[in-house]
Amino acid sequence: MSKVQSTVFLALQTNDDTRPIIEAIAIDNPLAVVNRMPAMVKIDAPGRLVLKRKTIEGITGMDFDLQSFHVNLISLSGNIDETEDELVLEWKQ
Amino acid sequence: MSNATTPAPKKLSLKEKYAQMTRGLGWETTYQPMDKVYPQTTFEGIKIHDWDKWEDPFRLTMDAYWKYQAEKERKLYAIIDAFQQNNGHLNVSDGSYVNTLKLFLTGISPEEYSAHRMFAMLGRNFAGVGPQIAAQMQSIDELRHAQTQVHTISQFNKYFNGMHDFRHMHDRVWYLSVPKSYFEDAMTAGPFEGIVAISFSFEYVLTNLIFMPFMSAAAYNGDMATVTFGFSAQSDEARHMTLGIECIKFLLEQDPANVPIVQRYIDKWFWRGYRLLTLVSMMLDYMVPKKIMSWKEAWNTYFVQNGGSLFNDLERYGIRMPKYWEETVTAADRLSSEAWNTFYNYAAAANFNSWCPSDENMDWMSQKYPETFDKYYRPRFEHYRELEKKGQRWYNTTLPMLCQVCQIPLVFSEPDDPTQTCYRESSYHGMKYHTCSNGCRDIFDFEPEKYVQAWLPVHQIYQGNCFNPGTDPTVEGFNPLAAVLEYYHFGPGDNMDYHGSPDEANWLKWKGLVPRTEEPKTDEPKAA
Repeated sequence: MSKVQSTVFLALQTNDDTRPIIEAIAIDNPLAVVNRMPAMVKIDAPGRLVLKRKTIEGITGMDFDLQSFHVNLISLSGNIDETEDELVLEWKQ
Repeated sequence: MSNATTPAPKKLSLKEKYAQMTRGLGWETTYQPMDKVYPQTTFEGIKIHDWDKWEDPFRLTMDAYWKYQAEKERKLYAIIDAFQQNNGHLNVSDGSYVNTLKLFLTGISPEEYSAHRMFAMLGRNFAGVGPQIAAQMQSIDELRHAQTQVHTISQFNKYFNGMHDFRHMHDRVWYLSVPKSYFEDAMTAGPFEGIVAISFSFEYVLTNLIFMPFMSAAAYNGDMATVTFGFSAQSDEARHMTLGIECIKFLLEQDPANVPIVQRYIDKWFWRGYRLLTLVSMMLDYMVPKKIMSWKEAWNTYFVQNGGSLFNDLERYGIRMPKYWEETVTAADRLSSEAWNTFYNYAAAANFNSWCPSDENMDWMSQKYPETFDKYYRPRFEHYRELEKKGQRWYNTTLPMLCQVCQIPLVFSEPDDPTQTCYRESSYHGMKYHTCSNGCRDIFDFEPEKYVQAWLPVHQIYQGNCFNPGTDPTVEGFNPLAAVLEYYHFGPGDNMDYHGSPDEANWLKWKGLVPRTEEPKTDEPKAA
């Protein structure tokens, strides 16, 4: 079997808190695919996915604490790096 | 009183805050040598040179942890209140759906509690502050999961059978020894094997299979309560998964000698976890009335695609895909049907109802499993249905041989032949031991001394250890199966076929529906 193409994903609950987060991901990751399922949204991206605080704040016009997305987080994959400004998921290979 | 003109001190960045709150907290002990304080960190052969290299990539500190956990609890309990006050149990797609919750409460929730115990032990046994804190947070999370699941499902317990005494059943019932022994195996291993087993192989590689398709299916089937506890737990799970991948990278980066040990742990615990997920395969394909995704689709998405990406990434450390992973891909066409057939057979001895799949379910299976369903499984289920029509619903009363490692009955097929049952045999000190697969056989052969001690429910029943105190098996007309079900605390309605069950009758009454015309007879052995 040949190797799979590496993808990372982030899955969030479907609710009003996550709408601007999903919108921001779509803006910052043009290759991301947003899959909507009952009660959850799974976003797949080839190799790397970034969530930026500034983009979310630009959409809502309010301050956003990036760590608060943990409350609505369902699952993710990839190596993770989180600072107060962005969350990055990526495969090194 | 602060001076209004003094500028506020600069807020610490997340990285600085994490460093301040997790580093420099530990110390070198002087009254006792460190290896006596942390006696379990060396015997597995894992070499750690610098514990401070372990970092939580979420950089979650205790203050943030409590803040977000409190928010999750407030959200969850508000929904549980609303669910109870509005008779939410009446809004699920069908009464038969509740059987998935019976399986969840008896098979999964007690393991959340096992995980709570295990991570408390890991928090004590790791010699570094980073993993100590992460393990302590996870220990608290797991206790929360057990509690919230019990609280949420208690509403269903008021109206449906099979969920009373879940804790009592967990330590006794044959199929519940599968998840129970899985966690006990991990807990009795060394701390590094334990964390690779649960945090990496289970949480990171496999847990998505439980929480994502099943919780989404719960939503699709109108079960607001389960979706809510599921997603509340899952929001912690993402942090646990992170611990899983960080612990693997940490172990692999600390010393090249760790690589073969970690690979063996991954091989073993991937296979153990895969076997445990057998229950999930039949939940997705047979038990949820409104389907969301087949087991095969879920396995392809979450293991083949996502796991494949992970192992591509780990290749740089010299780690390969887990041994026998190809067999899991072949078996994806068969797993759920082999499992559901088993529970159809042993419906008298389970705490939930099983049933013959409907035409609609079988047509869906034909479409999802074009290579196997019509050829191997449809004829069998149609045969069962013919028997039901004649009033001869088939209940298997012969106890099956169990795998010495995973404790599942030997019901899986040979990797290269779906029509042959897979049996493997090993010898140890002149005794024969049986396993269900190449994966379980290898696990047994590496540590026979551990697995010969397994508490196998079928052996225990035959040895007379599964009767209530005072039971006399020598009296005339003694019914051993009925006595075992008493020992399990099964009452009428907890077991047998869904059609004709008290749960079905109640559901039809509450919903104002008409019963099916053909009721299978239930004249076979039943709980006392």
